[in-house]
Amino acid sequence: GKARATLAGYVGSVLGRSGIDAETWDELEEALLLADVGVGPTMEILDHVRARVKDEGITDPEALVEVLKAELKDRIGGGDRTLRRDVSDGRTCVWLFVGVNGVGKTTTIGKVAARERAEGRQVLLAAGDTFRAAAAEQLEMWAERAGADFVRGAEGSDPSSVIFDGVQRAASRGHELVLADTAGRLHTKVNLMEELAKVRRVSDREPGQVAEVLLVIDATTGQNGLTQARQFAEAADVTGVVLTKLDGSAKGGIVVAIQTELGIPVKLVGLGETAADLVEFDPDEFVEALFASASTPAAHRETP
Amino acid sequence: MFDALSDRFDGIFKRLKGRGRLGDAEVDEVLREIRVALLEADVNIAVARGLVGRIRERCVGEELSRSLSPAQQVIKIVHEELIETLGGETMKVTFASKPPTVVLMAGLQGAGKTTTTAKLARWFKQQGRNPLLVGADLQRPAAVEQLRTLGSQIDVPVWSEPTDPVAVAEGGLAEARRLGRDVVIVDTAGRLAIDAEMMEQVRQISGAVDPHYTFLVIDAMTGQDAVSVAQAFHETLALDGVILTKLDGDARGGAALSVKEVVGRPIAFASTGEKIADFDQFHPDRLAGRILGMGDVLTLIEKA
Ligand SMILES: Nc1nc2c(ncn2[C@@H]2O[C@H](COP(=O)(O)OP(=O)(O)OP(=O)(O)O)[C@@H](O)[C@H]2O)c(=O)[nH]1
Ligand SMILES: Nc1nc2c(ncn2[C@@H]2O[C@H](COP(=O)(O)OP(=O)(O)OP(=O)(O)O)[C@@H](O)[C@H]2O)c(=O)[nH]1
Ligand SMILES: [Mg+2]
Ligand SMILES: [Mg+2]
Repeated sequence: GKARATLAGYVGSVLGRSGIDAETWDELEEALLLADVGVGPTMEILDHVRARVKDEGITDPEALVEVLKAELKDRIGGGDRTLRRDVSDGRTCVWLFVGVNGVGKTTTIGKVAARERAEGRQVLLAAGDTFRAAAAEQLEMWAERAGADFVRGAEGSDPSSVIFDGVQRAASRGHELVLADTAGRLHTKVNLMEELAKVRRVSDREPGQVAEVLLVIDATTGQNGLTQARQFAEAADVTGVVLTKLDGSAKGGIVVAIQTELGIPVKLVGLGETAADLVEFDPDEFVEALFASASTPAAHRETP
Repeated sequence: MFDALSDRFDGIFKRLKGRGRLGDAEVDEVLREIRVALLEADVNIAVARGLVGRIRERCVGEELSRSLSPAQQVIKIVHEELIETLGGETMKVTFASKPPTVVLMAGLQGAGKTTTTAKLARWFKQQGRNPLLVGADLQRPAAVEQLRTLGSQIDVPVWSEPTDPVAVAEGGLAEARRLGRDVVIVDTAGRLAIDAEMMEQVRQISGAVDPHYTFLVIDAMTGQDAVSVAQAFHETLALDGVILTKLDGDARGGAALSVKEVVGRPIAFASTGEKIADFDQFHPDRLAGRILGMGDVLTLIEKA
């Protein structure tokens, strides 16, 4: 029924019974699947939890749910989640934003720019999406909002050169950080993934140096997210994930698999469409939100 | 053909050794594999459960024929059930007796609404119509600019003004009458299904223009959340159909099945790329094959 069609509903039902039975495990399984954790990872997680429950002689559903939460936090909590700024002497730090179409790359750059500016850093936004209609205009509006420098190229021009131009300008003006946008691309498009590899190489040339390649993943993404991460990691050496649209009803469970299988940590979370809607990833909060009811999202929406 | 799923069946059917009918144990095992395949394709849990139930009835009831292997027969049953769930008749687009025919586009952020608005306009042009595009997304930076760029690529006028989305939609309809355009396609801002304020806004837009067709644009990569999204949009707008985007990737697209099941309206069109021409009417049989992991791409092959 509808009441149980949320994680909170499942967990509520599990907690409502006096002991742990077959139905308990079925319900936890469904709960994780519903959060897009995926069949393989879900089985693995529950196997671990089952083993612990047996070893520790746990019979109380509440204790079981705590073990499950701990297991999830363990999986998602690893890895270095700090954003790297360290570059060699005299080089300008570049953060590259990559991902499939429409996930929130450009918006995230706007948010990051606003945050960096608020912390007093000089930032340049490079419009490396020269393909999509009005992509540069969109980024330019974010640059204006944030008070960041901005570089764009002609429509259809080579994204690597546009970003390289941006890096050179940032270097000559003494900016501390370049945020480079790239066109959305499906990881199955070989030529576009090669183009991305080139973007990364060129951005890493003097005077620039790539310190972060952030893969943006939309929280509504299903099992395809893992393939996305694998392919982007291969092409562009991804250093972290930005999980966007977590203000919606989707739980973003696919990042559990991305972190576990590929070792790529989630670094940032998008919680809305305004500049302020960006937070550091907090594994504890993420797991608690997995178990929160769908009608109370992780954060409430801030109206612009 | 049928690779992924038939691989899963291999072991199970080896044990059958020419018996004419599946035993209960085999059926259970087969159905478990089918459930996993569906979940890995992002079919919603509840929808998968219903489907597996229907498949069970047929697997138990049907006498196995000698001309096909048991694995082939089960897959045939699954395939047929998927097509039936996805399909029914293809949507036949009709036009308002008193023009213009109004089309409203709605969906989550980044699903592909604006791009699809232009694609649909091109499709209408090919049907001998004269569309007008209306930019009622006043929220996303450069959304109207994006639509204008796309409009100019297909030589279709775009109307918008910086007032409010409901007024723009009404104004667009008036403009179409003034210009004698016979189709009006209204692009709206992306919104979360749980955002009450924004859902009310789109309800008002719909009320203002009384659309003949309201399409939910949904990303083929969407996971389990597709069901609640579709439910919410359907409750608010009474959808007429669904447009599935980003099918050019390798997502299995099980979300489409979920949406179809929940909304009960046809999947009208499918989008298979970023270019305006990458768009066609939807074929249920192709998606059914894809969900099963048959290595779809029939649509793409046919176009090449
Ligand atoms: N609710 C919500 N919407 C978001 C979030 N991040 C981005 N969006 C919205 O998602 C849509 C797409 O965002 P973009 O930044 O244009 O995405 P993109 O990855 O740059 O898209 P392409 O360049 O076309 O591939 C926009 O409507 C954004 O406002 C978020 O955290 N929450
Ligand atoms: N590969 C691929 N990309 C697509 C397809 N349809 C749309 N896109 C891309 O998806 C991204 C988002 O498309 P938009 O049309 O801006 O999406 P939207 O729903 O209008 O986004 P918002 O207005 O921000 O909510 C863009 O990069 C499009 O080029 C498709 O079928 N295949
Ligand atoms: Mg972008
Ligand atoms: Mg749009």
